[in-house]
Amino acid sequence: MNRLVTVIQRDLRLALRQGSDSLMVVGFFVLTVTLFPFGLGPESNLLERTSAGILWVTALLASMLSLDRLFQGDYEDGSLELLALTPTALEILVMGKIVSHWLTTAVPMLVAAPVLALLLHLNEDAFPALMLSLLLGTPTLSLIGAMGAALVLGARRGGVLLSLLILPLYVPVLIFSVGAVDAAAQGLPVRGHLLILGGLLLAALPLAPLATVAAVRQAVE
Amino acid sequence: MLPLLGTLVRRVRLIGNPLGVGQEFGMVQPMISFRADQLACRRGDRLIFQGLGFSLPPGGALLLLGPNGSGKSSLLRLLAGLLKPAAGQLFWGDEPLSDREAHAGRLHYLGHQDAVKPVLTVEENLLFWARLHDPETPDQRIAAALAAFNLKALAATPGKLLSAGQRRRLALARLLAAPAPLWLLDEPSVGLDRESVARLESVLAAHRATGGIVALSTHAEIALPGAEVLRLEDFAPAVEDVMGIWA
Repeated sequence: MNRLVTVIQRDLRLALRQGSDSLMVVGFFVLTVTLFPFGLGPESNLLERTSAGILWVTALLASMLSLDRLFQGDYEDGSLELLALTPTALEILVMGKIVSHWLTTAVPMLVAAPVLALLLHLNEDAFPALMLSLLLGTPTLSLIGAMGAALVLGARRGGVLLSLLILPLYVPVLIFSVGAVDAAAQGLPVRGHLLILGGLLLAALPLAPLATVAAVRQAVE
Repeated sequence: MLPLLGTLVRRVRLIGNPLGVGQEFGMVQPMISFRADQLACRRGDRLIFQGLGFSLPPGGALLLLGPNGSGKSSLLRLLAGLLKPAAGQLFWGDEPLSDREAHAGRLHYLGHQDAVKPVLTVEENLLFWARLHDPETPDQRIAAALAAFNLKALAATPGKLLSAGQRRRLALARLLAAPAPLWLLDEPSVGLDRESVARLESVLAAHRATGGIVALSTHAEIALPGAEVLRLEDFAPAVEDVMGIWA
């Protein structure tokens, strides 16, 4: 556990000192969401119906935007080799990096989301469902994203390749998150949607680090 | 299928025991020899060397010489476990190497890159790597490692302000911040001034005096008294072998 905490501390410290990176993600989220009322018009009915989709698609893109720095910096300066040569399972260190990625990118978005939902006239009954779906869905995004980020290490134009690899895998999270928010807005039960989101998270939790480690070992070979 | 299951069980066990309790991680395991037998290395479809072997007693040193591209770095990465040998076997004591994490716990690897984060201070950089190897690294050991490479005055300086030689010294300080019996150094003296090379030589001598093993590659002069010298070009495959594909 100590080593897990060591990695999280170090990555959080790196993110705080290079503050622009995390701010950029939440900035992208806020700016892109505010573009939609301009593009679709201020009609509150239309915005209300589309708000869940807008918020979730934008959160997903913002989370992807920050993935390339998850391993790239460590790969370029040789840190990744040394991490792979630590007397502990690399899965633990990778998990630490994923946790700090979630803390620095998803948590600021969680804070911004209710304000933006207000802007998009989201039905007030749907707010708890929105927050719960973000809370359950964004860790899955970070976990799946880490696999892609490790796979494209050393590839040219890794960013584009990353989105091609990862976006299809994000679809289930998107479907059930938006489903939960829509159901809540119409007064329907949301439990089923949230349970599936939780299931996706539980499946990704052990599998994604294993796959990520395999890709990292390939990259440092 | 079965070996795969075995690996999975071992990995899960390791994850369940992240502190490495009972695995003696981070402790010097003294007086054990390091041996390689009939190693071959392949990068892409090119065979770089073959039939390479050595045996290093405790306190031994291996000096790797050879022109660019002869496989010095590949051999060191192979000894570290980053690369898998195309043929041959490595032995720690009498046991063939199999457990990657256990091997990682007894070695330090210094590659071409210094792994120094520009926004962390010298001390933070060093502390991170030391803690990863040994979560209970005492502060005195960090201070001693900094002093050994004359970095005391720079302890609070962020990595981005360091010169190339200072970054190299910080990378070398990792060797002392967490004890490990096997040091694998890829051209450790690049960018170092004369005085720092002398410091490095005395650190290497002290490490060997306590039974540690050093393998290093270099193009410069580094004093390693009594080292076994390996000339990598002697193990390059004969031209006929390379041409054999078309024959």
